Amino acid sequence: MRSRKLCRGTYRHSWRFASKSVKGKDPFLWLAVGCSGVVVAFILIPLFEMVTQPTIVSLKETLMDRDVVRSIRLSLLTSGAAAFISLVFGTPLAYLLARRGFPGKKFLESIVDLPIMIPHPVVGIALLSIAGRNHPIGKTMQAVGIELMGTATGLITVLTFVGLPFYINTVKAGFEEIPPRLEHVSRSLGATAGATFFRVTLPLAWRHMVVGAIMCTARAVSEFGAVVIVAYHPMVAPVMIYERFTAYGLKYSQPVAVWLILVCLVLFALLRVFSLKRKPAP
Amino acid sequence: MIRIHDLSVRLPGFSLKKVSLSIQQGEFFCLMGPTGSGKTLVLESIAGITSISGGTIIIGGRDVTSLPPNQRGIGIVYQDCALFPHLNVKQNIYYGLRYHGGLSTTSAKRCDDIIRQLNLSRILHRSVIALSGGEKQRVALARALATAPKVLLLDEPLAALDPCFREEIRDLFKRLHSDTGLTVLMVTHDFTDAHSLAHRVAVLRNGKIEQTDTIPILFKRPATKAVAEFVGIKNVLPVRIENHLLRIGDMVFPYEGKNGKKHYAAIRPERIHVQAEQTGRQMKTGYWGNLVSAANKGLTTELTIDVSATRLKAVLLTRSFSKMEIQPGSSVIVSIDPHDIHLV
Repeated sequence: MRSRKLCRGTYRHSWRFASKSVKGKDPFLWLAVGCSGVVVAFILIPLFEMVTQPTIVSLKETLMDRDVVRSIRLSLLTSGAAAFISLVFGTPLAYLLARRGFPGKKFLESIVDLPIMIPHPVVGIALLSIAGRNHPIGKTMQAVGIELMGTATGLITVLTFVGLPFYINTVKAGFEEIPPRLEHVSRSLGATAGATFFRVTLPLAWRHMVVGAIMCTARAVSEFGAVVIVAYHPMVAPVMIYERFTAYGLKYSQPVAVWLILVCLVLFALLRVFSLKRKPAP
Repeated sequence: MIRIHDLSVRLPGFSLKKVSLSIQQGEFFCLMGPTGSGKTLVLESIAGITSISGGTIIIGGRDVTSLPPNQRGIGIVYQDCALFPHLNVKQNIYYGLRYHGGLSTTSAKRCDDIIRQLNLSRILHRSVIALSGGEKQRVALARALATAPKVLLLDEPLAALDPCFREEIRDLFKRLHSDTGLTVLMVTHDFTDAHSLAHRVAVLRNGKIEQTDTIPILFKRPATKAVAEFVGIKNVLPVRIENHLLRIGDMVFPYEGKNGKKHYAAIRPERIHVQAEQTGRQMKTGYWGNLVSAANKGLTTELTIDVSATRLKAVLLTRSFSKMEIQPGSSVIVSIDPHDIHLV
């Protein structure tokens, strides 16, 4: 009875505090609300304007334009491929970083984060510099017929480079959420390290892997700086928007941008669905 | 059944120092020690989960030191149960069977027996997330037993349970152990658990085994000052031994042993007899003391008494203390039977 009274008292107190604040007696709250409003408007108004300015007819026409469809499809395919490569190579690395302590771990984590910090045109130039004939890697690549400059392979390479940190960091966080004791128990019950990963860790971390792959795809879809250096053609959607803007102006670039935004919104919706539906830990 | 020889583990900021233990077939052995003493580390080293820097581990006559956890033939139950949240109760229990020859007639019968014994039949198809603490612990135990391990390792399995579940699971461990004759190594810091379950106990402190003995001996004759303090002996006092006399501060007691290197006298607080000054009853060896404080602990009252410069802790039944009609500041007579003084 006593504890119930106490609880009620606390609740009333916090309610009074909130009501006073809303009445304007807390300037800090008003400052926070004002700043939040500015941020939300800053994000939404330009996007809203861009989505509402093109007419339905122009949007329809853009969708009929084979070049536009091809560029959006290429963006999605190359970004999806980048996410797949990140999943295959990034998952073991994320697991290693989440579970093991070893000398140089912090350094390795910094290397993983490096693509986020490097200016993206520099990424393109860096990749091209190892793909040239003067570099042993470039020589080997050319010997086996791999060309980066102006190819889909180049696009996938550059998109993987910029998307990898998003995948690895998300999945690493997922692995870290799983108590290591679950894996220990699995090992004690006779499962090998591999079997434990596939029967315990993976089923518990798959949602993070999907979220990581979506984040990687979304990041890759929006990439422009590195792509324009490595492969202007074949043209992905951001390059197509840039070309339409420089050649024909704002009006002609907007419909393509609207369709790209819709693609990104679908990815965003998927991201929210998978990141919100999480089972509580036992 | 389990023999550990000179087990050493080095971690940043902590290390296990040459831990040696020998646990007999069918024994219920407890590893005790304060928090951070390395108990779980010993358990995980035996399980093969932690890599060791030295020593040998032999389970069932087989050197398993370099074997991975899945080849050691052990079962482990953690305090937090560590149930697989994506599997239901039955899937959790049957998880290990595919690595032990699959679901054969023998293993199916064994699992059925375990499920019946642990009273899990009604919750087999439930999600483990929705189970109570006691149910979770029973499922974790069933899962560990399903693969018929040679040794069961329990890491403080009762610590996180409510008192009612705790009693239930403790009785369950006792029953299962007497029914199956399994060798069990349990890590705990609770003396009630050790008292009711263990044949023998080892006390670990700062990564080093201080003493291995039965519980009564551990309580009566602790080997070191640290063990004495760990088993609740609140009077661990510096002592001098001269000419067959023990000197604890200004108190002197006859001593029949040799002059040795013992530095501390351990006296259990309940073995210190306290009388009010005015009762006038004669005691064989008595010293005047000043009652500093009396802390009521329910059934008992803990007294702090200064005898000259020596501070003693005594425990009396609260009823007896009330009858004495004394309060902080009162003079009391303190007596100690020399046989109740244990030197460490």
